[in-house]
Amino acid sequence: MSGGVDSAVAAARAREAGHDVTGVHLALSRNPQTFRTGARGCCTLEDSRDARRAADVIGIPFYVWDMAEQFHESVVDDFVSEYAAGRTPNPCLRCNEKIKFEAVLDRAIALGFDAVVTGHHARLGADGLLRRSVDIAKDQSYVLAVLTREKLDRAMFPLGDSTKTQVREEAAARGLAVADKPDSHDICFIADGDTKGFLAGRLGESPGDIVDGRTGTVLGQHDGAYAYTIGQRKGLDLRVPAPDGKPRYVLSITPVTNTVTVGPREDLAVDTVTADRPIWHGSSTPVECEVQLRAHGEVVTADVTVDSDGLTARLHSPARGVAAGQAIVAYRPDPAGDIVLGSATITAGSRAAETVAAETVAAGV
Amino acid sequence: MAYLDHAATTPMLPESLDAYVAAAREIGNPSSLHAAGRHARRLVEESRERIAAVLGARPSEVIFTSGGTESDNLATKGVFFARRDADSRRDRVVASAVEHHAVLDSVDWLAAHESAVADWLPVDAACRVDPAALAALIDEHGDELTVISVQWANNEVGTVQPIAELAALAARAGIPFHTDAVQAVGQVPVDFAASGASALTVTGHKLGGPVGVGALLLGRDVGATPLLHGGGQERDVRSGTLDTPGVVAFAVAVEAAVKTQPEYSARVSDLRDGLVARVRAAIPDAIYNGDPVHRLPGNAHFSFPGCEGDALLLLLDAQGIACSTGSACSAGVAQPSHVLVAMGADADRARSSLRFTLGHTSTGAEIDALMAALPGAVERARRATAWKTPRG
Ligand SMILES: Cc1ncc(COP(=O)(O)O)c(C=O)c1O
Repeated sequence: MSGGVDSAVAAARAREAGHDVTGVHLALSRNPQTFRTGARGCCTLEDSRDARRAADVIGIPFYVWDMAEQFHESVVDDFVSEYAAGRTPNPCLRCNEKIKFEAVLDRAIALGFDAVVTGHHARLGADGLLRRSVDIAKDQSYVLAVLTREKLDRAMFPLGDSTKTQVREEAAARGLAVADKPDSHDICFIADGDTKGFLAGRLGESPGDIVDGRTGTVLGQHDGAYAYTIGQRKGLDLRVPAPDGKPRYVLSITPVTNTVTVGPREDLAVDTVTADRPIWHGSSTPVECEVQLRAHGEVVTADVTVDSDGLTARLHSPARGVAAGQAIVAYRPDPAGDIVLGSATITAGSRAAETVAAETVAAGV
Repeated sequence: MAYLDHAATTPMLPESLDAYVAAAREIGNPSSLHAAGRHARRLVEESRERIAAVLGARPSEVIFTSGGTESDNLATKGVFFARRDADSRRDRVVASAVEHHAVLDSVDWLAAHESAVADWLPVDAACRVDPAALAALIDEHGDELTVISVQWANNEVGTVQPIAELAALAARAGIPFHTDAVQAVGQVPVDFAASGASALTVTGHKLGGPVGVGALLLGRDVGATPLLHGGGQERDVRSGTLDTPGVVAFAVAVEAAVKTQPEYSARVSDLRDGLVARVRAAIPDAIYNGDPVHRLPGNAHFSFPGCEGDALLLLLDAQGIACSTGSACSAGVAQPSHVLVAMGADADRARSSLRFTLGHTSTGAEIDALMAALPGAVERARRATAWKTPRG
């Protein structure tokens, strides 16, 4: 129970469904003052009090579990090293994988609990299939697709059939004071929202070249390649304008040479995505399905193949801003909610025969 | 429910509750001059006398406060300010390393905000303070000491301190000696005058009175700078309208607790000894923490190797058994207890500890309920410790 409205309503629903529910708030900061304060974050003293109050209203026991060490190792350190390796991690996904459905789940099972209930917006019904929430705008299936079958079998998402508005209304009707709490955004362990500054503090400054992807010309300097993400346009601060006067985008990041490669928007487009560490629930591949390449990103149709090398998706229409380190999640469209077939971690995107971001992969490992 | 957490708070005695309700029906501010005020004042002053009589104090030495925390703050900060004002060379505060946070954090605050020097008296493995350590400190820094504070009994492991010896050392050097007797009154004999202490903290809710009322027994000649300013009540040391019903009920409880202490102590220590023997038989590697002899009658404190105290608490709570890890929380996260750490326990042993405390309502049936649940909970908690081992 984060102290927010979703987990409070999820707990209330689980309890009402007849389960013997215990509320758990995760203390994730080594120093509770250093994480985001106020109502927006997920790890403050105030949030812990809000969560406790909600548990009291629901009438369930409540405990705070100290997961600061595990969170630091598995999520924060990973976040930093992924950026250092030129990739763009998704810490929320990682937290679901390593904290909520590993550290917490393992401990809960050992203590005699059967499942972990969370307030994620996704559907997981009797058929065991993970589906998008009815509230597409709030859907969180993308950050849950990393869960294995074994973990899904121990998970409950009671909110998937409701919109966020309905959840808020229900919270108010249940007398849960968190009903109006603003949604949390951004990354909970970066207190001021300044990801670049956070990374600079951890990784130090490391100046390098910004290079034109077509000509190889050095266009400018950067203070650390980790501050850039694929598809980024703003903040490049290039002295030399492009010959056609059009904006330039980050195409790739190469940690080994510490270069950031930029180019026109059309060079961002990829039609093949490769990924490793696949988790696949679907039947045999290749399969035609939809893929999502970023949290809240666009969805494109693709032919997906999963084999021992990993996952390959041939996109029917090109996608832009495909970053190594993000997840590719495959869905099968379904009237009862699009079904998650599986997911994997993107290693590269390529266009036609030409490799766009492959060097990122080689350099990253 | 099996309530094994009397050191956190204990149920009100029926006679105390009745006295509270009766007094709460009446009107009158004890500071008012009219008949209603005089009546309230009479109730307060009679209460003061009752408390003084059973705790070996003079009525004028009883200063009513909002409880243990306030009394401890007044005795440390208030006496520190008064003593330093009288002689600016005095800037040291002495306290044992195992004090309740009400003392501990007051001393830390003085160090942080008033440039006080904090001297922490160490304890041995049983949590006892060695008077020789205090004697040495007095020899070295006697002229610089403002106040010495050592609790009568520890709230976590139940160890009773050699208060008379410590107070005598302080008295010989002319240094005010405060003792936090919150856990001691009603449990062991406590006599303010006989103890030789200059100040003593007592609170209502640990001995069958209401929460939110307590007292500092403060010797007439011990200066204390007030922390609360206002109407000048309580010798001008503690302003604020007196809580007449609270004070009345508090006095009834103190009197009852002190008068029944011998029988109480015999009955409850028997129950406790039975609990300890059964825990040791059921969980042979359990470590019994604290002093086996100089100990509060209702306290049983264990470390269960391989368990997290938190996990045990959760598992026992789920079976209707209330106990405590005894450690302070920040954001609800249990920190290893400073008491266990001061006793030389490593972080694992400190984290694996659980406190059971008995009180005036305790029964053998509650201990039976505990023993029905504890072995299974310990086994389960041991398995749950494996979650900490990182996976690849
Ligand atoms: C030893 C000791 N001192 C002080 C206190 C604080 O007393 P109160 O709760 O009345 O503020 C307690 C209890 O919490 C205690 O055990």
